[in-house]
Amino acid sequence: MERIYLDHAATSPMHPKVIEAVVNVMNSNFGNPSSIHSFGREARLLVDEARDILAKSIGAKRNEIIFTSGGTEADNLALIGIAEAYKSNGKHIISTEIEHHAVLNTCKELENRGYEVTYLPVDETGKVSVDDLKKNLRDDTILVSVMFGNNEVGTLQPIKEIGKVLAEHHAVFHTDAVQAYGLEKINVNEAGIDLLSVSAHKINGPKGIGFLYIRDGIKLLPRIFGGEQERKRRAGTENVASIVGFKEAVIISQQEMHARREKYREWKNVLIKKLQVEEIDFRINGSLENAMPHVINISFPGTNVEAMLVNMDLSGIAVSSGSACTAGSVDPSHVLVAMFGKDSARIRNSIRFSFGLNNTTEQIEKAALETAKIVKRMTNK
Amino acid sequence: MIYFDNSATTKPYEEVVDSFVKVSTEYFGNPSSLHNIGGKAEQLLTQARSQVARLLNVKDSEIYFTSGGTESNNLAIKGTALMYRGRGRHIISTTIEHPSVTEAINQLEQLGFEVTFVPVDSDGRVDAKEIEKAIRHDTILVSVMHINNEVGTIQPIKEIGTMLKEYPKILFHVDHVQGAGKVPINFYDCGIDLCTISGHKFHGLKGTGALFIRDGIRISPLLSGGNQELNTRSGTENVAGIVAMAKALRLTIQKRETGIHQMEVIKDILRDELEKIDGVKVHTPKEGSAPYILNFSVRGFRAEVFVHALEEQDIYVSTTSACSSKKKSPSKTLIAMGLPEEEANSAIRISLSFENTMEEAVYAADKIKQTIKQLGEVMN
Repeated sequence: MERIYLDHAATSPMHPKVIEAVVNVMNSNFGNPSSIHSFGREARLLVDEARDILAKSIGAKRNEIIFTSGGTEADNLALIGIAEAYKSNGKHIISTEIEHHAVLNTCKELENRGYEVTYLPVDETGKVSVDDLKKNLRDDTILVSVMFGNNEVGTLQPIKEIGKVLAEHHAVFHTDAVQAYGLEKINVNEAGIDLLSVSAHKINGPKGIGFLYIRDGIKLLPRIFGGEQERKRRAGTENVASIVGFKEAVIISQQEMHARREKYREWKNVLIKKLQVEEIDFRINGSLENAMPHVINISFPGTNVEAMLVNMDLSGIAVSSGSACTAGSVDPSHVLVAMFGKDSARIRNSIRFSFGLNNTTEQIEKAALETAKIVKRMTNK
Repeated sequence: MIYFDNSATTKPYEEVVDSFVKVSTEYFGNPSSLHNIGGKAEQLLTQARSQVARLLNVKDSEIYFTSGGTESNNLAIKGTALMYRGRGRHIISTTIEHPSVTEAINQLEQLGFEVTFVPVDSDGRVDAKEIEKAIRHDTILVSVMHINNEVGTIQPIKEIGTMLKEYPKILFHVDHVQGAGKVPINFYDCGIDLCTISGHKFHGLKGTGALFIRDGIRISPLLSGGNQELNTRSGTENVAGIVAMAKALRLTIQKRETGIHQMEVIKDILRDELEKIDGVKVHTPKEGSAPYILNFSVRGFRAEVFVHALEEQDIYVSTTSACSSKKKSPSKTLIAMGLPEEEANSAIRISLSFENTMEEAVYAADKIKQTIKQLGEVMN
């Protein structure tokens, strides 16, 4: 049975060129970048080159990029690092109800430390309102964290508009771009973004590596202490091989962004058309217009998500109920709850499809057909 | 090429790289995903955890994967301090710890904790009795490294752990980064509650590490998010890196069985040859030091000059620890051992792996002799 992987928002396979780059470094440039001999210097050069390319991909400068062990660490570092650095200006933070758990649970941690967090609601498409943000901004608001694109339903947030609002306010602006980076054009200056989190394994890079962009001049208290790596903001021997793999993945994703966007948009149509032809009852959670191209979340009335997932898996189709990071649980998605309320049936009958490397149009068609079969079976049609 | 800087980082074993590639290619799933592809990744993660636990003679549930030694040390120290601050706010450590321990503790000091850094003797060794003297009614944590990364002195972990058994409310953390796989310790016998290892120090990959947390001990997480690693360390698990680390640990322990004797011989050759050279002083104690670290000073030369001179002979050694070698400050450990700053400024570290050979040692010793002579002539 051919397995069809449509869960690229959970994690994605490494691109063969990325693996090649990583292995090359492991074999030929294994030095510690802090060593003063040539092994160290070569490794340092590789890290700096990668930093340059990552920085350019979002219109930033090299010294504004901090390597981390992934998206979760980047989000933690951003939120706690800013909150602690700016607490003398106030202890109020604004975020949203639909953030990834790396942000939400860090906000909870900050609440335990005496910060006050306002979680902005979203509309039925999963989008926050800029007016809501304006209403909730206070003199003691020090940080606003709104994700770029939602990982479960794909909805894009009004990042530029938020950036504009915050240009007139002293609060620092963080966005979790883990899911959007690589498929959405991002320029931190145009969008007024002060901090931005990225993870490599969502864009066909290695797991265990990510970066945090932090605008020059913004203070950040480090979280992991030790050696003086990453300009004293993140200690620990740099993961050189993965950093180089990350760079490779960024180069590829930037080159192919346009083509991928077109392809994934088309696949959404293929999926929808097929379901329509099969006369399946379904609803798109979120919005087709204001969404990232690779994520589509669909509600199938009359089904239940657990049985759907098991049956799809048995048919060789890997999809998910929402974020993989809710570590194995099928609790109702907090994102869908925020969109539809806790009593809506949609929070228990929705499936996320996410496209990526190695998928083909045929796979999408087949997945749609299998999905239709399962839905029919479950709804006794 | 002779690579004598294995305490800074090691070359990943070929099999380790192969494992990484295989897992990355065939089992790329997210272990938290419910589908088959995620399930397979989770299975591999579970197996790797079992393997690491078995190799360290502990339980699977006591191994937590992290992004490396620095994160493990930070997690151990801050995680316990914050969790148990109700018991007290005093921490004991030593003057020769790695910066990832010292700096984590310094951060706690800013949060209102008090710290005693117990000094070491001229061999760079802390005395268990001195640790005991430093204990107060509000001491909650003792953190002592197993093998000092700069001079190789082995610390009396078992003595300290045994002494601490009389103080059941004090947790014992050991930074085992330099020892793992090469100088084994039994965590339970030594009364260790938390223990740090780092993959890239034993031919695993950078960006991988683990923290042993004895069953029953709770710690406050450093990273919040998806609640991976039993709610202790959030973030998608680096499955390929973790599997590779388990393999590296197994291979290192295997190689130790046949290679440890040769390693000792190599160190002895180097020591004997170095001690014969006029102006060289070996700082690593003869007894009670790791068989792979040799620290020495060459009178009159700054360490950087000497490292670069040896590099021209294709021999790679280091000044002090890689993590602080960008700073121009003298070796912290040597200063703590009571050496004058001038000697500490000229300290060179040789650190071996099981891959180094006797021929390399003889050749390197010869080149070191020549280099000292040549540099001496230039300077006179």
